[in-house]
Amino acid sequence: MLEFLSRVFGRESTGSKNVAKERLRLVLVHDRANVSPDLLSSLKNDLIKVISNYMEIDEQALEVSLDSNDQQVALVANIPVKRMKRAKSLA
Amino acid sequence: MGEVIVVTSGKGGVGKTTTTANLGMGLASHGKKVCLVDADIGLRNLDVVLGLENRIVFDIVDVTSGVCRIRQALIKDKRCEGLHLLPAAQTKDKTAVNPDQMKELCEELRKEFDYVIIDCPAGIEQGFKNAIAGADKAIVVTTPEVSAVRDADRIIGLLEAAELREPKLIINRYRPKMVNRGDMMSIDDMNEILAIDLLGVVPEDEQVVVTTNKGETVVRDEKSQSGQAYRNITRRILGENVPLMNLEEQSGLFSALRKMIGLK
Repeated sequence: MLEFLSRVFGRESTGSKNVAKERLRLVLVHDRANVSPDLLSSLKNDLIKVISNYMEIDEQALEVSLDSNDQQVALVANIPVKRMKRAKSLA
Repeated sequence: MGEVIVVTSGKGGVGKTTTTANLGMGLASHGKKVCLVDADIGLRNLDVVLGLENRIVFDIVDVTSGVCRIRQALIKDKRCEGLHLLPAAQTKDKTAVNPDQMKELCEELRKEFDYVIIDCPAGIEQGFKNAIAGADKAIVVTTPEVSAVRDADRIIGLLEAAELREPKLIINRYRPKMVNRGDMMSIDDMNEILAIDLLGVVPEDEQVVVTTNKGETVVRDEKSQSGQAYRNITRRILGENVPLMNLEEQSGLFSALRKMIGLK
């Protein structure tokens, strides 16, 4: 009944603003991370530094990117390992 | 020493020029000396919005390139003592001025005026960089649409990177009816997403089109809602604490009925 009245009096809600908000939220995560291309490259360098303590990696082939799907945005790193360091050689 | 404020948005068509014109007229109506600078070189519009298009002799590029002195290029508005316009050049492009020249120009203007308000071009390229170069404060204009909000967010990031801290937000073309039925982002939604201080909300209003058609500003229209919104924003810029106006405008039969049956 209330629903019917709502419709009669022009209060039916398609709620498109919620769709707008959700889409914006996702796109802005991406945009904000993209504002500085320096950010990813400095993250990449830091990653290389840390991981190199434990294994030998292919620095040229290393890829770091932000990936988004409908639900979330993820940091994806693809790091080819050339060789594991021996435990004793760890500093 | 006056204050230099840039009005920017990223996206075109959200109301930067209209906002600049109304804030300028509003501040001048309070007895302030105001200079409006049209930084949209190649696509000048602030002159027509203000109804001053027939009085242009020199423009901003003439000033920065030394063809004339600032004083010669300024147009005095006859309707309101204190309001001046420095028009953009129409035949040049945005590279005709560089950021250093803009800085110098703003320094000169702030000696003479209480407020220098710069109408920034759309986009994030050279024209934007020029427009913000000499500013101490920024106002970001947006509308409650995904594209405008996204661009506003980008602009806020760029302003902060350029050390223009704490930009203020104006939400333009707000439609309370659509917000009420959940089809437009609300003031709270926009605050949540953009997370900067709100300077004001201007409702969608046909009167803006009507006044602009005539080369007048809606801020001087005592009866219109958008005019009231611009007058409130003006007072906030002057440092007054003015609460947001009530944007619920319908008082017809249907809304009375709606209230009666508890549908607000």
